[in-house]
Formats: sequence, C-alpha cells, structure tokens
Amino acid sequence: MLIQLLTRTATLLLSLAVASILIFAFMNVLPGDPAEVALGVGATPEQVAELQARYGTDRPLATQYLDWVAGLPQGDFGTSFVTGAAIGPQIVDRFLVTLWLVGAGMVIALVIAVPLGTFAAVRHRHPDGVLLAGVSQVGIAVPNFLAGILLIGLVSVQWQLLPSGGWVPPAQDPVEFARRLILPALSLGLVEGAVLARYVRSTVLNVLREDFLRTARSKGLRPYQALVRHGLRNAAIPVVTVLGLQLAVLLVGAVVVERVFVLPGLGSLLLDGVANRDLLLVQGVVMVLVLAVLVVNYLVDVLYTVLDPRLRAVA
Amino acid sequence: MTAAEPFATPDGPDVLRVSGLHVGTGRDTLVEDVSFSVGPGERVGLIGESGSGKSLTALAIMGLLADELHASGDVRLRGVDHELLTAGEAERSALRGDTMSMVFQEPMTALNPLMRVERQIAEVLLIHGTRRERAAAAAAARDLLAAVDLPDPERIARRYPHQLSGGQRQRVMLAIALANGPELLICDEPTTALDVTVQAQMLRLIVDGVADRDAALLFISHDLAVVATVCDRVLVMYGGRIVEAGEVRQLLTRPQHPYTQGLLAASDLEAVDALGHLPTIEGSVPPGGRFPDGCVFRNRCPRGDERCTTWPGWTGTERSGYACWYPIGSAHG
Repeated sequence: MLIQLLTRTATLLLSLAVASILIFAFMNVLPGDPAEVALGVGATPEQVAELQARYGTDRPLATQYLDWVAGLPQGDFGTSFVTGAAIGPQIVDRFLVTLWLVGAGMVIALVIAVPLGTFAAVRHRHPDGVLLAGVSQVGIAVPNFLAGILLIGLVSVQWQLLPSGGWVPPAQDPVEFARRLILPALSLGLVEGAVLARYVRSTVLNVLREDFLRTARSKGLRPYQALVRHGLRNAAIPVVTVLGLQLAVLLVGAVVVERVFVLPGLGSLLLDGVANRDLLLVQGVVMVLVLAVLVVNYLVDVLYTVLDPRLRAVA
Repeated sequence: MTAAEPFATPDGPDVLRVSGLHVGTGRDTLVEDVSFSVGPGERVGLIGESGSGKSLTALAIMGLLADELHASGDVRLRGVDHELLTAGEAERSALRGDTMSMVFQEPMTALNPLMRVERQIAEVLLIHGTRRERAAAAAAARDLLAAVDLPDPERIARRYPHQLSGGQRQRVMLAIALANGPELLICDEPTTALDVTVQAQMLRLIVDGVADRDAALLFISHDLAVVATVCDRVLVMYGGRIVEAGEVRQLLTRPQHPYTQGLLAASDLEAVDALGHLPTIEGSVPPGGRFPDGCVFRNRCPRGDERCTTWPGWTGTERSGYACWYPIGSAHG
C-alpha cells in the first residue's frame, strides 16, 4: 500500500514537471516578444533591449524556465509584463472562486446522478426507468452556458428569486454568497448530472447482474437492501474513474459559466489574460488548471485502493 | 435411508413440497409440471444435463429467479403457513438465509469482493436476528469458519474473497448457508467449479452440515458419481420435466427411463465401442423452451415412436417412478 502510494506520488510529480515544461514551451514558441508588444510598433531596439533586461526575457529560455518553476511551489507566478502586478495572489483569489463553483457543481451533479441513475437501472424494464434514461440523454445535449442563460431567464428575470450574477466572498456574507453561487453551480451541475447519471445507470445495471448480489438476496436481504449494502460500493469504482476525468470537463465548463454569471474565477482571469496578451498570466493559469486535474486524478487513484481491496498489495 | 427399505417414507411431514411447478418467460416454458418433496434429513439429488431446468427449479423455490422469468405452481415449506410462489417479497426474504438457504455453483463470483469474509457471514446472522450485536455475530462467524474446517479462522475472517482459493470461498458460502440452521439447504453444483481434490472434502462438509442440523438437502448436479455419494434419492430432469425418480441405488442399477440409462452409459468410463469411443446420448439438449411436444426426450430416444408424441404421464409413486411409454425392461424396442 505504501509502495503504491509512493509510486503514484512520484508519477504525479513527474507529470507536473512534464506539464510545466510543455506549458512554458508553448507560451514561448508563440510569436511576439512581450517587450515589443508592450512598447508598440514605434519602439527603438534600445528600448526593447532595456525592457527585455527588466523582464528577464533576454536570458536563455532554460534559465527563464527554472526561474519560473522555482517560484511555483511558493505561489510565486512572476510579475505581469502588462499590469506589473504579481500574478500569484490574483490566481489564488480567482482559483478559490472556481473551486467553489466546480465543487458545488460536482456535488449537485452527484446528488442528481446517483439516485436517478440507480433508479433508472433498477427500473430499466419499466416505462419510468426508460423515460428517465431518455431525459438524461437530452440533458447531455444541453451545453452548460445555455443552461445558465435559461436559468437566468427563468429564475432571475421571470421569477426574480436569485441574482443573475456577481460574486460575494463567503466570509463577507454567507447567505448572499450562497444565493449567488446557486445558479452558476446549477448550470454546471445539471448538465454534468445528466452525464454522470448515464454512467451510474450502466454500472448499476452491471452490478445488478453480479452473482454476489444474488448471494446477498439469498441471505435474506430484499432487492433494494442488497443493492444498497452490496451493490452501490461496487458500482462506485467505475463512477469514481469517470468523476476524475469529468473534472477537466467541468473546469472548461467553469470558464464559460463564469463569463455568463460574471464571476471573478480562474476562467475569466484566463480570458482576460488572453485578451491582454498577458502571456505570463496565461501560463500561470493554465499551470494551475493542469495541476488541479492531475491532483484530482491522483486522489482518484488513492481512492481506488480505499474502495477496492483487490488493488491493495498483500502485505 | 437403506437399500432394504427403498420406499420408506421419512418421519414427519415433508420439509419441502413442490407441486406442479412451472417456470417460463411468458413465451417459452422452461420448467413444466415439476412435483417432488424432500423429507426431514433426506438428501435428494436433482440430475440432468445443462439446460434441463435444474437450477431454475432451485431458484424458483428460493424466489431468486431473474425478473423476466415467472414461476407458478405450489411450493410449501414445513412450518410456513403460506404458499411460497405467491408470497410477498417481505415474507420470502424472511425465509431466505434462515429457513432455507442455498450454495451456488460459482464460488469465485458469489461473494462480495469489497467486504471482509467475517462481515459477509455475520450479516446473515444479523439480518435474521440470530445475533443482535455486531461483535457477537463476528465471533459466531469465526466459529462457523472453524466448523467448515477452514484452518486459522481468525485469519481467514479478516480476508477479502480474492485472497482465498475457490475451495475456501465455497466453504465460506457453505458457512453462510448453514449459519442460521436452515431446514432446507439447496446446493447448485457446489463442487463443479472446484478441483477434484477438494471436491470430496466439500461434499463431506455438506453432508455433515445437513446431518448435524437434521436439515433436508436438495443437491443439484450433472455428476452421477457425486449424486451417488451424497444422496438418498434422485430426481432425473430433462427438458424442464422430471422424467424419473427413485432411490439412488435402484435408479443407478435399474433405470427405467431411456434418458437415465443414457446418462448412466455415458458415465461408464469402462464401456467403449469398437472404435474406442465412450458412449454418448445421440443429439444434444435443445435450447430452453424448444423441447418436442409429448415426451421431451423423444427426438433423442432410441425407443421412441409415434405414441411418444403425447406426454406419457407418470407411472409409479411420486417418490419412485418414471414418465415413459416404453420403460427399460418392457417388451418394446
């Protein structure tokens, strides 16, 4: 178990290193020197050289890379060429917003997907189960920004129940924070819930055919008791895999949903960075997004060994 | 039961009484008009080829048929007032694992891979209230593991199924099935998936297990030798019907039905034809629900004629008899 944990951790660190090199390389093969961009077309070569010396972009790429990477563990993402502000604090602030959004979206998705997917599996021969599977199919086809716009139109404009956007930190006003989080989290979670419900349905269907479920019933458990006590944990293993992979999808969804609901998250920071040609900022945001996906998949791997004793090495 | 009294009825009322059992998909009939009973302490074998309806009969009694299958008829258990097939799920699940229990064919997949063995045994005690506390149930589980001859039950109890061999897992299944002292134990090919070397131990554990509890045993197998060592009485199934029944020694030495005779001949490893081939029954078992009308065996039977297009009906008693127009030893053929 310990050896597996160490191997997985080593794999995570290696993946992070490779990802940082790739991200750095992609940003630097893009045409356009930051100093030239900042100074505009009329700049003299001397002015450009001076600014390059100030930014440090005149140094060899390897040195620049090592300088950038060495700062990352301390949350130092460098200083923006465009605004002159430190990038690290901005990313941390914005990342918390995205974390709330994606976290709440995931919780909503699970709350929808687990009961509905299980119900659709158990009732797969009945009209209600088939109907539910069909509805989730439709849900998958809805892009989450459309879900967001529809929610705003209905809940904020038509019924005037919840604000249509903006952000209030939880420490400042927890109630207002929650009111403003609900709609964006729903637009992520409803669509994701439809996707996950289909996975839950198919894994529960597989588990329903397992011999050990029949054994559980032969012990005197009723069908739904057997499913809850013996089936769902077995069904959880493939669902957790999908959950890890879907996180990347959710982060992409968050970029769009943050725009729709005017949330100051990582997604809007990324789009701002791209619009302002703030390469170092984009580089930092992308690195944080990659880090989030890799860490979650690492946690999924660790969760496997907790869920499934067959994956633990025999001591 | 001794050979001297082949037709002796066991003491007391039957533990299990099945009358006119039908199992079908709605379109096809898979088990037709099956009737038999098992007395207290009696060990009854149910033999036949794959697809003959043995397992479906057992699952129908247990109430564990797949959703798409429907059973009708009359199944009664000693001490239970209601008929089982029409009873509600609550009543049936109260009996399962307690009054009647079952060991399945495939030990590799029959246990929950994510749960320690101890909890899987303790669960059946807790469900039926045989033990009220988890700790007491866990202690009882370890005793049950010892009772099925598993060495070091303390250690086995903490294992997960994948850490055990097939034979060990099947013992765990038997421990679960015997935990609440059932009146009826059903074993569906319990040793088919096991190595020959552990088969004999497993069979002994089953026979001892039911003897200790004076339970009735319904033992399903396609292996005549296994049935001969375990059972007092045998029911031969073919095409979803019981075609012959009788006391084990009589049935194995003087079969009445041509199908039983074919099964016996196919099991005789001494008998070979001129080419050195072992004897077989001509043809193969039709798929479920595609058996001929009349006598289900007639398309494979060496003795069949036009009379066999109608079902021959049962000759003899329920405990010993056959369904054939031209039984072995009759003038025909």
